[in-house]
Amino acid sequence: MYEGVVQNLIDELGLLPGVGPKSAQRIAFHLLAADPAEVKRLAHALLEVKEKVRFCRVCGNVAAEQDCRICRDPRRDPQVICVVEESKDVIAIEKTREFRGRYHVLGGAISPIDGVGPDDLRIRELMTRLADGAVTELILATDPNLEGEATATYLARLVKPMGLRVTRLASGLPVGGDLEYADEVTLGRAFEGRRLLDV
Amino acid sequence: MHVAHLSLTDFRSYPGVELALDPGVTAFVGPNGQGKTNLVEALGYVATHASHRVATDAPLVRHGAPRAVIRSMIVKDDRRALIELELNPGKANRARVNRSPVSRARDALGLLRTVLFAPEDLALVKGDPAERRRFMDDLLVARHPRFAGVRADYDRVLKQRNALLRTGVLARPGKRRSARRAEDEAGFAEAGAGDVQSTLAVWDSHLVRHGAELLSARLDLVDELRPLVAKAYATLAPSSDAVQLEYSSTALGTTREDLADQLLAALAEARKSELERGITLVGPHRDDLQLSLGELPARGYASHGESWSFALALRLAAYDLLRADGGDPVLILDDVFAELDTQRRRRLAEMVAPAEQVLITAAVPADVPGELIGVRFDVTEGSVTRV
Repeated sequence: MYEGVVQNLIDELGLLPGVGPKSAQRIAFHLLAADPAEVKRLAHALLEVKEKVRFCRVCGNVAAEQDCRICRDPRRDPQVICVVEESKDVIAIEKTREFRGRYHVLGGAISPIDGVGPDDLRIRELMTRLADGAVTELILATDPNLEGEATATYLARLVKPMGLRVTRLASGLPVGGDLEYADEVTLGRAFEGRRLLDV
Repeated sequence: MHVAHLSLTDFRSYPGVELALDPGVTAFVGPNGQGKTNLVEALGYVATHASHRVATDAPLVRHGAPRAVIRSMIVKDDRRALIELELNPGKANRARVNRSPVSRARDALGLLRTVLFAPEDLALVKGDPAERRRFMDDLLVARHPRFAGVRADYDRVLKQRNALLRTGVLARPGKRRSARRAEDEAGFAEAGAGDVQSTLAVWDSHLVRHGAELLSARLDLVDELRPLVAKAYATLAPSSDAVQLEYSSTALGTTREDLADQLLAALAEARKSELERGITLVGPHRDDLQLSLGELPARGYASHGESWSFALALRLAAYDLLRADGGDPVLILDDVFAELDTQRRRRLAEMVAPAEQVLITAAVPADVPGELIGVRFDVTEGSVTRV
């Protein structure tokens, strides 16, 4: 154990995801040795992120203003909504530059073990967005694990009466990979989702 | 296939041991508590990544040592594979195949196949249904590694569904909510029991999908096992009644779709009691493989010797199946002869003798039948010497 304040810092850093006690100690001593201005900038950035960053009132993505950059962009197709679990998933899809519609961030996935049910997610907000009938396609891009699949199934059932096109991202083989290195589950899924080769 | 070399470091009672093994029969003989079973347990671990004696890895590591290492040289059709497993209790195990590390230890599964007979097998006949479900599922995984994933998915859905049912039972006390959600909580009060019901339907569909896959695989497996078990038992105990295997389940059918429909219907019927008790009452996790001798269930009615023969017949049938799939598995007979009379010993010996490699442990040399005379190692106080 270190003297009070140092140990406090190590404990707080250790609460961050991906930071174990050893890394927390390393970061703490790095900060101790660092230039005071540098540490101030970090502290400022930490406070600012909590004060200034908000969640878009439309899609739930992180935003600097009331609405996020994507929801404000008139060039984005308002007829297609892509549903994701977290804001970081929006970034991942944006990197592809393939999707020109809008997003809806749920804030997680249904997982009874963790006490997360549908009413803990931004599902009601999604239903409000779909209510006026302007949206024609809903893309379910939740994670391809059990909880993500369950959330997708839940949403698909919920919006079924609305009669819009509901699609799920394909799961299968990674591009540029070798077939032999794929694990059995992925390969099995890829078989299930195979498509007709149109030539 | 056969094991050509086994080397253990800090495994169970062994600080270090090196064993060169030959195809054919090898017997490890020595008094109780000297480490005979530890040797074959290590090979069983290489094949299944689990011990047949304990549920966790911690007891496998020699007391005081940080990790255990099992190295084994497997020879199959003149090709050699060196499998190295490092057991780190509480952490992920590491594996190397032919000196190159594999990303996940389970990629090293399936290179060695074993069928292990042990006194613990008696639980297959006398024990709870869970023992028999494990026997079926382990055999499924050994034949088709894909089922390791199916089984894990099913268990995960089951856990989630049970957690949901419990929140229904406890009427959702003090649920965790993010601050952001709390703001617009007003006017959204229709949550509660209805919420559990609607999410339950989602987990139902996933439980049914994975459950039907597991169930249909088990049903096919039992159909394949049935004649093999009957034959093995009749050979071991010709004067006894015929044995029967019946899979008992809420859903029995031929196609996966059919099974899924039946499971879904059974879930709907059990809904009320599930919500009352807070657990999933329908699915392959509640099924059993019913074993009977003549007209009577083996559990409770079969004698000790009959139960033993039944358990051996199940293992022999598993061996036959694996052998038919290609690649003669290594047979391990851990202390099984002591429990059998002379006639059954001889018959078992005749059935296993043709295998490419048979490893036997016995406390008394006289327990090993004459048909299985081969190489002998004496095991005393952790030292293993070839006789």
